This record gives sequence, C-alpha cells and structure tokens, in this order.
Amino acid sequence: MAHSVRRDAPELPDFSLLKRLARDQLIFLLEQLPGMKDLFIESDLMSPLDRIANVTTLKEHEVDKLYKVEYKSIVSTSDQLCFLIRPRIKTVKWICDVVNADKAIGKFRRYKVIFCPQKFYACENLLEEQGVIGDLTTDEWSFYLLPLDDDIISLELPEFFRDNFLEGDQRWVRTAGSALHLLHTLYGPFSKVYGIGRCSKMAYESWREQVKEGEQRPRQADIGNVFLIDRDVDLVTPLCSQVVYEGLVDDIFRIKCGCVEFGPDVTSSDKSIKVMLNSQDKVFNEIRNEHFSQVFGFLSQKARNLQTAYDTRSGMDIQQMKTFVSEKLKGLKQEHRLLSLHIGASESMMKKKTKQDFQDMLKTEHSLLEGFEIRECISYIEEHINRQASMLESMRLLCLLSLTENGLLPKDYRSLKAQYLQSYGVDHLLTFSNLKQLGLLVEQQPGETLTVMESRVGKLVNDKTAGKLTDAFSSLAKKSNFRALSKRLNLVPKSDEEYDLRVPRDMAYIFSGAYVPLSCKLIEQALERDGWTGLEEVTRMINGQEFVVTGSNGSDTRVKSDAQQIILVMFLGGCTYSEISALRFLGREKGYKFVVVTTAITNSARLLESMLDRHA
Amino acid sequence: MAFITANWNPLGEAFYRKIDLYDMGWSLRDGFKDCMVAAAPYGGPIALLRQPQRPSPSARPQLEIYTSSGANMASFPWKSGPVQQLGWTVCDDLLVIQEDGTVLIYDLFGAFKRHFSMGNEVVQNQVMEAKVFHSPYGTGIAIVTGASRFTLATNIDDLKLRRLPEVPGLQGAPTCWAVLTQDRQTKVLLANGADLYILDNTSCTPVTPPGLSPQACSIVNIAVSFSYKYLALFTDSGHVWMGSSNLKDKLSEVETKVRSTPKQMVWCRRPRSQQPSVVIMWDRLFLVAGECQEIIQYTLDEECVCVAELDGVRIIGGSRHELLQEVPSACEDIFKIASMAPGALLLEAHKEYEKSSQKADEYLREIKEQSVLGEAVKQCVEAAGYEHEPETQKTLLRAASFGKCFLSNFPPEPFVSMCRDLRVLNAIRDYGVGIPLTHPQYKQMTMQVLIDRLVYRKLYPLAIEICRYLKTPEYQGVSRVLKHWACCKVQQKEEPDESIARAVSVKLGEAAGISYSEIAARAYECGRTELAIKLLEFEPRSGEQVPLLLKMKRSQLALSKAIESGDTDLVYTVVTYLKNEMNRGDFFMTLRNQPVALSLYRQFCKHQEQETLKDLFNQDDDHHELGNYYVKASYKESKLEARLSLLQSAVDEYNKAKNEFAAKATEDEMKLLRFQRRVDEEKGEALLGLSLHDTLHSLLSANYHKQAEQLYRDFRVPDKRYWWLKLTALSEKEDWEELEKFAKSKKSPIGYLPFVEVCVKRHNKYEAKKYVSKVTPEQKVKAHLAIGDLDGAAEAAIERRSEGEISTVLARCSPSTDRALLERLNRARSTAAKK
Repeated sequence: MAHSVRRDAPELPDFSLLKRLARDQLIFLLEQLPGMKDLFIESDLMSPLDRIANVTTLKEHEVDKLYKVEYKSIVSTSDQLCFLIRPRIKTVKWICDVVNADKAIGKFRRYKVIFCPQKFYACENLLEEQGVIGDLTTDEWSFYLLPLDDDIISLELPEFFRDNFLEGDQRWVRTAGSALHLLHTLYGPFSKVYGIGRCSKMAYESWREQVKEGEQRPRQADIGNVFLIDRDVDLVTPLCSQVVYEGLVDDIFRIKCGCVEFGPDVTSSDKSIKVMLNSQDKVFNEIRNEHFSQVFGFLSQKARNLQTAYDTRSGMDIQQMKTFVSEKLKGLKQEHRLLSLHIGASESMMKKKTKQDFQDMLKTEHSLLEGFEIRECISYIEEHINRQASMLESMRLLCLLSLTENGLLPKDYRSLKAQYLQSYGVDHLLTFSNLKQLGLLVEQQPGETLTVMESRVGKLVNDKTAGKLTDAFSSLAKKSNFRALSKRLNLVPKSDEEYDLRVPRDMAYIFSGAYVPLSCKLIEQALERDGWTGLEEVTRMINGQEFVVTGSNGSDTRVKSDAQQIILVMFLGGCTYSEISALRFLGREKGYKFVVVTTAITNSARLLESMLDRHA
Repeated sequence: MAFITANWNPLGEAFYRKIDLYDMGWSLRDGFKDCMVAAAPYGGPIALLRQPQRPSPSARPQLEIYTSSGANMASFPWKSGPVQQLGWTVCDDLLVIQEDGTVLIYDLFGAFKRHFSMGNEVVQNQVMEAKVFHSPYGTGIAIVTGASRFTLATNIDDLKLRRLPEVPGLQGAPTCWAVLTQDRQTKVLLANGADLYILDNTSCTPVTPPGLSPQACSIVNIAVSFSYKYLALFTDSGHVWMGSSNLKDKLSEVETKVRSTPKQMVWCRRPRSQQPSVVIMWDRLFLVAGECQEIIQYTLDEECVCVAELDGVRIIGGSRHELLQEVPSACEDIFKIASMAPGALLLEAHKEYEKSSQKADEYLREIKEQSVLGEAVKQCVEAAGYEHEPETQKTLLRAASFGKCFLSNFPPEPFVSMCRDLRVLNAIRDYGVGIPLTHPQYKQMTMQVLIDRLVYRKLYPLAIEICRYLKTPEYQGVSRVLKHWACCKVQQKEEPDESIARAVSVKLGEAAGISYSEIAARAYECGRTELAIKLLEFEPRSGEQVPLLLKMKRSQLALSKAIESGDTDLVYTVVTYLKNEMNRGDFFMTLRNQPVALSLYRQFCKHQEQETLKDLFNQDDDHHELGNYYVKASYKESKLEARLSLLQSAVDEYNKAKNEFAAKATEDEMKLLRFQRRVDEEKGEALLGLSLHDTLHSLLSANYHKQAEQLYRDFRVPDKRYWWLKLTALSEKEDWEELEKFAKSKKSPIGYLPFVEVCVKRHNKYEAKKYVSKVTPEQKVKAHLAIGDLDGAAEAAIERRSEGEISTVLARCSPSTDRALLERLNRARSTAAKK
C-alpha cells in the first residue's frame, strides 16, 4: 500500500504459535489411536486442517486414507476409524449409524471421535442414546483459532451467526470465551477490555470464569487491549457491496480460509488456480485495502516498476497491460505471476462491476444509506425482483432498505414480499420469517414512523433542539435506528464534496466515501474516549449492553507501551474484509495495530445464505 | 553431653537407642490383657478391643480408640459379631474384620462408615486369621479361612476379591504367614511346618530360603520389612534367618537361644541403615537381633505391641510409648563419645562460644583447617532433624547457625526448612495432638497428607496454623482445611440451618478455591436440603450449583442457575433431566419461561425430534411457527397430495396466527402447484415446484401463451413483471415478430428502453432501432447509445439540454468521431451549463 506506515506502529505478535499448538495437539490425539487408521474429516474442517497439517504430516502419524464426511455409508476397510468433526448433531448421528451398521454385520473396528474445538453434552448424549458410547472413544481437539494472516484470526465457525443471533442457541459463546482465554494466556494479560453487545458480554464473562479457574503465569503482554463486538450491533455494514479489492474478491470469487480459486476467466488458461491471499503475497498486500477504482493504477504502477526496459506510457489499456505482463515478465518469478493473476482478477471483476447495473445498484445503496430518494430505491428494488435478478442481491437490498429505514411501510412490506415470493418461490416465506426474527427485514411499527417525522423536523429546527428531539424520538423507538445513529456518529459524509479515493480521508473510503462502517466507527469512538462515556445515546439506540473493564494489571507500569497500541478486535458473528480494511486504515491513522479475531469471515451473501431455511 | 548417649546400646558397629515418646494418658487397669490391639503406622491412632472382664452372655466387648499419646477419641460397646482382627487403613479409618468375613469400617471417632464382605465362602468357613496390609495400591486385607484357603483384597476402596489357589497339604491354619508386595503383585508367603510356599494369583510354589540352618523343623514366625524388600524367619530352633524378600539372598542368621514362639517379630530398619535388625518380642523378653549376629536384650515389665515404622519400631505398652531405632549416622558422629567428626567439633566450638571462651576459636580453626565447616553445619542441621527433644534440636541448630556465620556461600534453604519442619513436628508431637512423627516419616508422608490427617482428627485450627506457617498456597492449604471444617460443621445436627450457614460464610468468606457446592453436597447427604440450598447461594460459580440442585430435585432452580452460568452444556443437561423427570406438559411449561433453554431444546428437536417440535409450538399456541413447520415439512414431501395437505395445515395455522399474508402466499402456492400439475400432465412439461416467475417463463418459452395469460390473471402478476417476462422470453427465442406484436399490444408499463436493450443484447440492431422512437425522452439518449447511434444520441441530448447527458455522449466519442458533432456537443454543453 502506498500509505506510509507510521514509524511508531508496534510489531504484531507472532500468531503462528497457534498453528503449532493445534498441530501438536492433533498429532497427540492421532497417536492415541496407535496403528494405521482411516481419517474422516468434516467437510468444512478440510480447509482449516490443511492450514495446520498437510497430508504428509497426517500420513506420518499413521493415517492411511482420508475421507470427507458425506453422510453416506462408508467403504473403508481399515479396522480403525478416526472421525474429525464439528460437534454437530447431524454428524454424530451419522457416526452412530456407521457404528451400528458395523455392529449389525458383526464387523469389529475401533472408533475415535475427535470433536473440534470442543464436544457438547448433546453430542455425547446422542452417542449414549444410540448405544454406541461404549464402542468409541471421544476427544477434543481444542483448535479454536486459525491465523489466516498476520492480523486476521478466524474461529472458522460460520454457523455462529445463525445459531446465536437467529436461533438463540448460545452454545458457541463459551467457545468464543475459550478462544479469548487462549489468546489471553498466550499473548495477554489484557489490560483493558471494551465490548458492545449481549453476546460479547457473555463471551467476556465466560472468559473471566476460565481465567479464574486456571492460573496465569505472569508474563509481559503482547496485546494490551481487547474490543468485543456483536455482529448484530451493525448489520448494515456487512450487507453493503464491497468495493475494496480484498472484499470484492471475496464477494465475487469467495475466499475460503484465506485461499481463493481463480477460474479460467482469470487465469486465461483452461485450469483454475488456487492462490493464498495474505501478506506474503507482495502484490496483493499492496492492493488489498485499496478501493477498487484505484487498483488498476497500482497494478500498472507495479508493472511499470518491474519492467524497467519497457517503460511504456500510461496510455495502456487493460488488455495491453495484460499481454504485456504475461509475455514480457513471465520469467520473473512469483511476483510477476501474482501480478498477472491479480490483473486477471481485476479484469474479470471489472467486466462484472463496471456495468451499468452495478453502478445503479451502488447508487441505490448509497441513496439508502443517505436516506435519499427512498421511493426510487424501492422501485429499483422492485424491478430487481421482477426481473428475477439475483435472489440474494434482491434480499440484500430489501434488508438494507428495512435496516436504514427502520422497517418498511406495511404496504411496501407486503407487496415487496409478495413479489419476491413470486420470483424466487414461496419457500422464502420461511426466510422472511427468519429475517423478521433477526430484525433484518421488518414492518414499520406505527410508533416508529416518528423517526421519519423526526428527520423532517430536524431539518427545520436548529441543531440543539434537533438533538433533544432525537433523544425524545429515539427513546420512543428503541430498536436499531440507523438514521439517528448515522447522524450522531456522522456515518454518512456530506455528499456535496468530491471524495478523492486515492487519498482516503476517513474509513468511508471502503464504501467509495459514502458510508463509514458503523462497527469500525464504534471502535474508533470507544478507543478515542477510552470508554463509552459520551456515547450513551448511541449505545442506547443500539441496545448495546456496552461495557469496559480495566484488568487487574491495568496500572502495571511494566506493560510495554507497544502492547497498549495493539488492539484485538473480536467480531462475534463474523466480519467482512472491508471492515478489516477500514480498521487497518484506522490503525495507520492513529498509530494502532489491529488484530481481527472473528468467528468467520463473512459477506452479504454468506450472511443471507445462513438465513435461508430450505434445507435446515 | 554424655547424657544423650545414655540410652544408646551398641549393635555391631552401630548404636541403637530407645526414645521415650509418651507416658500413656489412658488408664488401662490390666494393660493389654484380654485386649486386641491395632496401631496405625506413621504415629497413627491405636484401637483396642477389650473383652468383658466377667464373661457373661450379655456382656459386650468394648471398642476404644486412642491417639498415640493415649487420649481417648472414641469408646463404645461392640455389638456386632465376634471380631477376628483390627486394622487401620492408610487414611486412618478403622477396619474391623469379623469371623464371618464381614469388614466394618469406622472413622477415627468411632462413627460407622460402611461395610463389605470378604466373599461367600468365608461366611461358611469363618475367618481363621486375617491381616491388614498397606501397599502402593492402598489398604488391603488378606484372610485365611477354616478351609485353609486364602482370599485377598488389594485395595478396599476398589474391592476386588481374589481367591488364591489351594496349598497342598495344608490343614487348618498355616504355622505363620505374611503378605508380600512384589513386582506389582500381591502374594502370600506362608509356612506350614518347615515348608515355605509362595502363593500368588495362579499358583502355589514351594520355596527354600538359601542357607537356612538345617536344625529347624518349623518356621514359626515371618516378618516382612516396611518396604517389603526384606524378610525375616524365626525357626523353632531359635534361629532368625534374614534375607531379601525374593528369597534369593541371605543376609545373616542369628541364634537367639530362645526356642519358644515369639509373640511378635518386626524389622527395625531405617533408610541407609548400617546395621538393620529384627526385633523379636516374647512375653517378658525383647531382643534386637542385628545382622552382625549381635543381640541387644531388654526386659519388659508389661505387655507390649510393636509397630514397624519406616525408620524404626514403636513399642507401645500399657503405660509407655517408646521408639526404638538405629542411631542415625549424623547423630552418632556428633554425640559419640570423643568424636572428632566436624559436627561434633562445631557443637563443641559453639558451646565454648556460649561460655565466652576463646577455645571456641581453637575448635573453629581446627574445623576450618580441614575445610569441613560446610559439612559440620550440614551434620548439625541433619542431626537436629533426628532428635526428639526440642532442647537438643535447639542446641544443634544454634551450633549450625553459628558455623554458618563463617561460611560465605552456604545455601540457607536446608537450615531454614529444617527449622520449619521441626516447628511443625514439635507441634504435632505435642501430647495433646499425639502424632509422634519422625522427620523422615514426615518427609515420606508429605505435608499434604499430614494436613489431611489433622483435618481428619478435626484439629482444624492447628491445620490452618500449619498451612499459614508453611505458606502453603491457599487453594491447597487453608481453603482445603476450611472446606473440611465446613463439611464437618454442617453435620452438627443440633444447630439450626440459619446459624450454620452464617457461621460457614463468615469463616470461609472469600478464601480462594472454596467450593461451596461440595459443602452443600455434604449437607444434603446428611439430609439437610434446606441448609444445602442456603449454602449453594454462596457458590459464586453458578455452574457448580447445578448438579447438586438436580440431585435435590430442585430442577427449576437448577435450570435458572444453569442458564446463569452461560454454559449451554449445563443447560442441556438440566433440560434432558427435566425431559425425563417431568410429564410433557409441565416440561414444556417450564421451558416456556426460560427462553435460553427453550431455544436450545428447539435446536435439538429440529435435528432429532421433529414431532416434538410441533408439540412444542402447539403448547405455546405459536401458530406462526407451526405454519412454518408445515411449510418446511411440505418440502420434504415428494408426493403432491401429501404436500398439499401439509400446506393446507400451514394455511390453517397462518390463519389462526392472523398472518393473512403468509396464508395467502401459501394458498397461492397450493393453487400454483395444482396448476403446474395440470399443465405437466397435459403438456408433459416439468413445472412442478418452480416459482411463479419461473413457471411463467417456462410457459412463455414453450409458447403456451394462453396458459401464461391465465396465470398472469389468476395470480394478479404485476404488469411490469409480466412484460419483463414476456420480453425476455421472446427475445431469448429471437421471436422478433411476436415481440413487435407484443410491443404494440398496449402501452408498455416498463417503457421501451428494455426492448431496445434486449435486442442489442441479442445483437440485433435492426430490431432495436424499431423501438428507439418509442422510448420516452428521458431515456432517448441511452437508447441511441445502446444501438451505437452517436448522432441520434447527440441530437436527443442537445434537444434535452441536459449537461449530464451531453457529457455521457461526449465520453463515448472517440478520436475518430466527426469534429462537427463534437463541437456541437461542446457548445450545447456550455449553454446547458450556463443555465
């Protein structure tokens, strides 16, 4: 990235230790079942496992064949089976079936079930009910945290969002607490903890309990502060189209576990290539946080720098540049290969995203965020639905509309839903039920129309009274109140001036200058004020259950001042790459280093997919 | 200090000494006459079973428990069956083995704890002899029955009875026998006359001790050392054979010249023993037979019992309690008359120093010349540990401290820890406490166990003092003692719940690592449920409260505590428990008040018990969720009729929930499904399950315009959608003629720009042009641009005088564009801008 790094920015701690710990424990567990064995791996554990231990390592520890859990009867001939699974009822049920099937034909095998990252009583209970608990041994692989990059650590639990916020099932909270505890033991002691959201509070408490039970060896802290935030504190941000390079790659190609598969249209050959996207990739590292419109500039600059002999002019178009890179610089190793890949990716994205509809969609989104020309936005969404454009995109826009407007008018609510069902099938009745429960797509309650009025009144009277009015109104409508929040926190910059995306002014650059992500703004504000004082109004509107706790060693002068500048932000329910980019920007501005811990990397599509109910 | 050696007796090259421990506090009129005695090692308690003085059918023997100093701890008449043997477990519980093989366990205070039996065979044949033994596995019991069969239990806390094989030729009880623990196996060594056998799990092997003198016809006593490593045999010829317990080596054989059968024989050794010996006791005679074949002889003036210890033998008599041991080498070096060992010199130097005599310097110089001052200090410290009299200890420690002053880098730890240890040991050796531990025993036993023993004797204040004095971490020390105290406190039946709870909370306060739930559990065991609940309230970790609350059947409270703890596994445990305990209605009602538990249970039902889920919603009258439930179920159903009936149920539920929208939508779906089936049957299409939009699209693509029209009308499809659909379908088929007809059929609700666009998308500019003229003025520019008509676009833009649109057109101009057009556009833009 072209931005100069502040010199006083501290170094991040080394998180590869987490990987080593996880690997050592896995090996230990595998050795608990001596002899050759077949290993069955839950499909969504495949990629994380791959980051921890490759096939060779597994083979070294007497793993014979590897299978993916597919909920079918198995074909293994091994007399020892090891299952590496998430603690899910469905999978445990399947294992019961496997064991019982073996019993029925009188086949004797040894079974070992390794739950990752922990087992639940419900799972063991099921094993018992199915009468197989005596036939197998169970273990826990406490692999809580997977470092995806120098500053991103993921719990790889995408179901956290749905389970916790929709189903009200809090079983993962303890897992989050344990993850925090692990980080605390390895990189703590944390001197200050900020948090907002119910789940954050619970995770915090669970962690404190674990601290109390265990003993903490005194050590010098690597990470000073922790910020916990619930995803449902800010649902607007993940629903916005991402326009920062990394986020855009995730939206279009779907980054899985820090790795993306570029199809033939990107690689300009007939095969797909898997690429690790992290700071090791020098090209990517420079463009990941850039607004998409700037990426080409960087890439071409890069190409120019690399290619000294052919110092061609700036008038290159994409195609020229692409041939230029792929032909002339092919011999020049990794960086050139990556450059060509990223140019390919950009080109492919360009094709999709510079089209008129994408521009229109962005415009609609921005209008929604600004609360401007809502009627037109509604007709745009309507047309989107009527033309049966993407199912998820339509839903995304509907949710954005509801979130920003604090619910739809009853008439719109019905008609849009009806049209949606006509387009995408009536089974989305269940999806709507879920969206409503989560507050993503709701009908305006009569009382809440006041907010609309309030914004009008607010324009008429002077600022001071407007503030009072806002208070009065928002106390009437306690629920998420985006418009008022946006005004209070100045989330939508004034649109009259041109926003120069080359020199970002604030975190809004990640959404083309149209919107500062609420989540990141809250973090910025709370850090700046060293707590929530002065933000009471905001937190009340979020219904946030905010808290801030200074640790026992808060006054400890031995704590490195560097550690105080490193802030661990834990998103419960997932965060987007755009938010990470925004935090990186904030860090550069203020001299912080953020480490993002998330239950999973999310984006609008993943978030909404988790709301679908067709196959649950 | 000649008097220190007054009680020393030489044995070979070493010395033996007898130390007075206590004058017994009990008053036994006839000593041990008619008594069965058992004393526990490590200075443990002593149990006596006294036969009634005048035998009569109604008279009962008396069971009494004393400390090592003879203080009474319990005394009660024995009302169970005839007793064969008494013994103590490793954790100071009393074992009473009855003739019928029943073993009763009592605590130190004579409270009955539990009982078990040594097997059915024993009941018939009776126990002839029994022995209690200690091994790394715990406390064990071995018995021999009237049928001459042995039964073993290695650990009474994990009772597994093993009946050993028959011994050939054995009638009645063996002459003598002992239990051995070797190679992680427990065996019995027995003598039948002159024959010696080893009996293990599977076999009975005859053995011969190497070098046993031939004149013996019978082995009459066997003694195994404390560590099970050495064996001593006493023969009827008066010889003592000593050797290793594996019977491979002979150490020595001593002739005692006493031929009568001894009452008791035990080993007297110590770690790094120079001169181990065997102590043999007859009624009035007491011999210490050393390996060196020398013998020390004592006479006894009363009946005694010997207790083998790690580092000596305790001799308990009716009036005295003594310790016999080999004098440790450190003590010997220092106190032996005319000793010139470094320690002795240092002691002397210190003595002179106290007297302010310059001789002190001479002695010191002498030590320093040999540069053995360090060793001298070490010796004094070590010897202090072996001495029983505080005065002697002090003298030695002072000497050590004095010597230390002349050493620059002598590590302080041994001295400091010895001082601490001795302080603790002197405290517990106190007459009132009565635990005569030696320093090596204390080290072997560990401080933890010592605290346990004190706690067990209810000496809580002393235990806490010791913990504090030794700075034991709270968690292992003070808190543990307090917990035991509290557990004991809750058993005091006469005190009311309230005052006990208060007393406990006041005393325990915020002590680290206190588990109130354990205390509460104890209260509950004593039948004090209310007290248990009160105590549980002090438990800060709500998770800890749950299991006990469940046990006490306070399931509602357990559920709320589980939820409070935030541990879903706990919540789930309670939910599962409730599910089995309560009837369904109550269960659901309980859940209803606990949303966290409810959602957890719902999750479970979703995966496991769909039917229950339905009942759950029914119970709650949650018609909306029920509707959703049926809708979901309908997708799993492949048969159309079943599916429709499920959807109908959904409609009913939605209606009940007053959710008209959902009801209508579901009804529409049913209508659509029926329609789809009809068309599928008639036309052989595969529409079933498609959305309305997709159905229409399929129909239009397949040219079923009539059916499409019908759907359009029946379902009140918005015009816009219909037009889009038809437009897309026709353009996909490139049916331009039909498209044109459609465009003219009536005024397009979506305008005509889409017409232009679909044509362009299909690369048909010719068709596209037809619609350009129809496009509204606002979209004209776009339309022209779409078909690549720059002039037309320019024209339209200029006409509209819109700056933005002119710019859009300009942006599309390339260097090859007509200059005139460019100029016109630029001019128009500037005029538009001026406006």
